[in-house]
Amino acid sequence: MKTNSKKLFAGGLGQLTIPLIAIALLVIFNLIRDPSFFSINLSQNNDGNIVLAGNLISIINGASELAILAMGMTLVTAACGGQDISVGAAAAIAGDVFIKVIKAGSVINAGIVILAFLSACLVAMIFGAFNGILVAVFRIQPMIATLILYTCGRSIAYWINGGATPNVKSSILSGIGSFIPGIPIPTPVLIVALMAIIFKLLFRFTSLELLTQSVGINESAAKLNGINTTFIKILSFVILGVCVCVAGIIGTSRLGLINHETLLLDVEMDAILAVAIGGNSLGGGKFKISGSIIGAYVIQMLTTTLYAMKVSSTDVKAYKAIVIILLVVIGSPVVKKKFDKLVRQRISLKKNDSKGAAQA
Amino acid sequence: MKTKKFKEPLTNTQLLMTITICIFIGMYLLAMGILGGGFLHAQQIFDMLNDNASLIIVSLGLTIVMIGGGIDISVGAVTSLTVMSCVLYLNRGGSVVGSILLAIAIGLAFGIVQGLLISYLEIQPFIVTLAGMFFARGFTTILSVDPQKVDHAGFEVLRKAKLEIPWLGYYAGNGNLVPARIELGVFVALLCFVLVFILLKFLKLGRAFYAIGGNQTSALMLGINVKFTRFISYLICGVLSGISGFVFTMHTGAGNATNAAGMEMNAIASSIIGGTLLTGGVGNPIGTFFGALTLTTIKKIVVSSGLNDPWWQSITTGGMLCFFILLQSVVLSKRSKKKK
Repeated sequence: MKTNSKKLFAGGLGQLTIPLIAIALLVIFNLIRDPSFFSINLSQNNDGNIVLAGNLISIINGASELAILAMGMTLVTAACGGQDISVGAAAAIAGDVFIKVIKAGSVINAGIVILAFLSACLVAMIFGAFNGILVAVFRIQPMIATLILYTCGRSIAYWINGGATPNVKSSILSGIGSFIPGIPIPTPVLIVALMAIIFKLLFRFTSLELLTQSVGINESAAKLNGINTTFIKILSFVILGVCVCVAGIIGTSRLGLINHETLLLDVEMDAILAVAIGGNSLGGGKFKISGSIIGAYVIQMLTTTLYAMKVSSTDVKAYKAIVIILLVVIGSPVVKKKFDKLVRQRISLKKNDSKGAAQA
Repeated sequence: MKTKKFKEPLTNTQLLMTITICIFIGMYLLAMGILGGGFLHAQQIFDMLNDNASLIIVSLGLTIVMIGGGIDISVGAVTSLTVMSCVLYLNRGGSVVGSILLAIAIGLAFGIVQGLLISYLEIQPFIVTLAGMFFARGFTTILSVDPQKVDHAGFEVLRKAKLEIPWLGYYAGNGNLVPARIELGVFVALLCFVLVFILLKFLKLGRAFYAIGGNQTSALMLGINVKFTRFISYLICGVLSGISGFVFTMHTGAGNATNAAGMEMNAIASSIIGGTLLTGGVGNPIGTFFGALTLTTIKKIVVSSGLNDPWWQSITTGGMLCFFILLQSVVLSKRSKKKK
């Protein structure tokens, strides 16, 4: 039993090693390049609030949508052994529904914003369930199943608001997208923390984590043990739907307008990347949501670092790719095995040495 | 699979392919009957081929990778990078042969690096090719953000070279005969198609792709070098992406950072419509060929029906994809039940 728990601990720590090393390297690199890179100062923004500002804040703030999507994506990856590539498109749909409902009312108050959030959530969950049913009931590879929504999702978003990109000016929306008066921390960061706590509680008080892992590791075995695998898979997609909705609303509120073409563009690739950098297997099974969240911050920190180095926004991708390749090569099973072997040899050598010394 | 040929009615591969071809022909006949117009001319088919020669080539490469149980989403970006490099090379006074070699070399480089990382370091293909895609897209904009037009006499000759078939032509509104035109790129695509077909059907290497995609462990026990075979599949896919880039350049004659945007997803969709399964071991180049044509036909039909909004195209494409995917899933599950 004791060795078991030890093994589990070692495995868990091992998974987070790579993303943590990546963050550490990026921090060191930035500090060498510009010692004041991470300085945080209080400043007054356009609305007259006293808020925190600085590169660190903008990194943590900017990664919010990605972190939220990565949480849901981890669950889908773990349960289905595949990824959802339609999250960007679905977020555009959710954002469009959100704005549409808000625009329908004559005045914008808290009630209508909550109503808009719930309806956007419902729509995103329905689309999530659609993907989930394709995957779980019809046994289609997740990537292929979600390719459908990836292809036509943004067009559906276009259709909801008739091709317009309506904007909404409201203190409530700017409260969601940037700062709530009196609180110096960006609201999206608080929402990420809230989502993380919700996931933590969900795993603490339900057996969702265990069930998801068992479905991902061996589906037929899980089925024989009486787990409703179909339900678990659909559920994972519905939960991702909620995450997509939250991310879409943050993205929409940031700008105060919905642009179905550009909202969270290409975020699906980054979200999958965050899951992979977090050390989760893209083939399903065991997972750690904390890894994916750290992965999301790694990606954002990398992007911000490149921007700070005056790399143009279109060229960032090329440099990002090189770092990603380095990270995955270090984290690849073959390299890991070699490294483990090396470490073990060292340890056994040391033991022999000490034994020899004792005998002498 | 092959030894049982005489009694087995149809393999999954052949069944899915047959369905696609039937639907394609049915759809086209329907379009001819209802919409008429352009669909009655042979040029419509040739136009589809002219516009999609590079998509067909890319889809063929992707089919090989998918049969081997992998995925390559960098193909569109590599195509785009090749286009931009070739255009810049030609404008700086390079030769046509040189640009062909350059295109193949770029594709080969991507194929080798991605293949090595995926097969020998066992990194997930999705992540490696995603990084490849980022790199190629980013590098394209590093080369040039502004659109570039080819200004090269030799290349213009190649670009303008078209096969004209007068008896398949039609009379335009002013009474002039417009002969049917086929671009050079189509012949390149057909050549690639034949080569890939021969490779997958008759060569030992091609059968090995099916083996490693179907069941990796059994393939290993059969004495197939799984890692090397997988490496070769990515290598071929890379080279085909490079060739596709050159064909793309011949078609458009200009390099642009947004060239071939979303092509990887179109190529995946073509392969899937053609009956290739992402799980590996099932697929056929003929199906992929018709898959690419089906995808284009849907778009053409939508445009000819007067639904000019761009969002109609993607919604109908999504709908058709959904239909094909569900159909395949239902057909395959019925068959597996029957066997039991």
